[in-house]
Amino acid sequence: MEPVRRIEGTMVPLMRSHVDTDQIIPKQFLKRVERSGFGPFLFHDWAYDHEGELRPDFVFNQPEYQSATVLVTGHNFGSGSSREHAPWALIDWGIRAVIAPSFADIFRNNSLKNGLVPIILSDEEVERIAAVAGDPAAEVVIDVEAGTVTAGGVTVSFFLDPFVKHCLLNGLDDIAITLDHESEISAFEAARPGFKPSLA
Amino acid sequence: MPRTLFEKIWTDHVVRSAPGEPDLVYVDLHLVHEVTSPQAFEGLRLTGRGVRRADLTLATIDHGVPTIDREHGISDPRSRQQIDTLIANCQEHEITLYGLDDPRQGIVHIIGPEQGMTQPGMTIVCGDSHTSTHGAFGALAFGIGTSEVEHVLATQTLPQSRPKAMAVNVTGELPAWSTAKDIILAIINRIGVGGGTGHVIEYRGDTIANLSMEGRMTVCNMSIEGGARAGLIGPDETTFAYLKGRPQAPSGDAWDAALDYWRGLPTDDDAGFDFEVGLNAAEIPPYVSWGTNPAQSATVDGAVPAPGDFEDPSEQEHTANALAYMQLEPHTAITDITIDRVFLGSCTNGRIEDLRAAAAVLEGKRVHGDVHAMVVPGSGLVKLQAESEGLDEVFTAAGFEWRDAGCSMCLGMNPDILQPGERCASTSNRNFEGRQGRGGLTHLVSPAMAAAAAVAGRFVDIREWAD
Repeated sequence: MEPVRRIEGTMVPLMRSHVDTDQIIPKQFLKRVERSGFGPFLFHDWAYDHEGELRPDFVFNQPEYQSATVLVTGHNFGSGSSREHAPWALIDWGIRAVIAPSFADIFRNNSLKNGLVPIILSDEEVERIAAVAGDPAAEVVIDVEAGTVTAGGVTVSFFLDPFVKHCLLNGLDDIAITLDHESEISAFEAARPGFKPSLA
Repeated sequence: MPRTLFEKIWTDHVVRSAPGEPDLVYVDLHLVHEVTSPQAFEGLRLTGRGVRRADLTLATIDHGVPTIDREHGISDPRSRQQIDTLIANCQEHEITLYGLDDPRQGIVHIIGPEQGMTQPGMTIVCGDSHTSTHGAFGALAFGIGTSEVEHVLATQTLPQSRPKAMAVNVTGELPAWSTAKDIILAIINRIGVGGGTGHVIEYRGDTIANLSMEGRMTVCNMSIEGGARAGLIGPDETTFAYLKGRPQAPSGDAWDAALDYWRGLPTDDDAGFDFEVGLNAAEIPPYVSWGTNPAQSATVDGAVPAPGDFEDPSEQEHTANALAYMQLEPHTAITDITIDRVFLGSCTNGRIEDLRAAAAVLEGKRVHGDVHAMVVPGSGLVKLQAESEGLDEVFTAAGFEWRDAGCSMCLGMNPDILQPGERCASTSNRNFEGRQGRGGLTHLVSPAMAAAAAVAGRFVDIREWAD
């Protein structure tokens, strides 16, 4: 994973609650065996009508939002399925951070593994930033180390677990971190009860 | 210090704990399927890592498999590629795979319990959010993403920050025709789709204790629909009786040792939870979802709400969006909603007791002329069991299609999908927009309610209809 220290750019507002992973990337696009190439299918069923025509009113289709790097949205974003294809699709489209009042747990974990930063702010702060994002040219700066979002001339703070922040800032591969503790895993395995099931 | 079931399992699986870091938690069983694993195996290849414990890993093919005409192979080239990729990965890493030619093939959350792989006190993960199903046995089981699948394949552990503990107490006698599905729909209706976020739910109380293992699996299965990381139930004699004699359950001295351990797992008296909710089972009638998330449900004698029935503006908007998608007018009585399709199956309600409950309703009856109904058993073994009991004949005589095992129309990754505007009574777990097929309209119900709707062509109050 590449280090994530600072995200600059513009925003795209999608102010709905409970946007589930079936909307972020519908199941008909989960058949790829790669991690890339999901961007064109992001929010597919909202982006295209039943005849396959682009819906021009959908915010992700509007030309002025095409270079946005930060999504601003409602409560419980990413609820539902465990599909990591959801953060892959957002990243592939160009999104680097999502600002919302709350996230579903698995989506949040999946995002962090891919350097997509989930930022939790209060309802009022999210509404204020969404209002700023109504101007597609409005700039946003996210400083991961300082834990701040600056948009519309206002800076607000967000919390990231210190270990999570450490991994983001340094682009750490957490499998490598775990394998540094291989001897502890082996010791744990040696002490596991014999009645635990095994397919050996 | 009194501890909860969840705390005991967690403590017993911490490999490493350091201040300021997530705990490193050991995984007793890793279940793998074709959709969320190919990129994980590819990650191993790119980094030169292997699978640490193939003996603690079990794979099956379920999400994308066809449920009819399997002898013709898999026609969708992308699904075929995913399945072939899993077969090759399992061969390369010597992982046990229940493939299409194996009678044990089925939905990943049905086969673990069926084989006795799912046992009390275990940690179980899978790249699927309904992994919470296994919590019915008093295991800590949760869904993970593909990066975490790769992590578990490589290390048999996961770094996890410890969730909070929530108790849902359900007490009292469940009325006739109300089922485990209605209990969990009622719970989600109460706590909301995000109500369990950051928590592990323990389902408690005499109503839960009186459920069969299959009913408990239905309840735990939908924990994620309330946002919870996992759901679990204290193991008891019902649990042990279910497990005894299953292929992967311990036997002989190992059974006695296991039983000793399992008996110590249930939550201690006076152990505290971060949050508690109580429901009276006597007040849980059959439920029918009307909206586009599993919290948007009504009792069968109720009606679809209007946006104005809610005070919160975002809830009003959410309701308006759901009604527009579902093509429903506010205040429509649930029993006035007609249906086109019935789907009986899924990891929520695709087990033998579910099929028996539906067949009991269908005995001697015919599916309504405007309804297309199908049964998809949760596993090959569930299918065989049902056939040995003659249930397949009840279903086919009533006009249901009798199919092969898989996830099928629960998520529509295979050819089993709703057409735009088709309305379905479904025993599955999610009614999200487009979940069962783009433009499809899903109503979540119990197996008996789905069977009754198939006959009547609309939702009926089964409590009156069945008499």
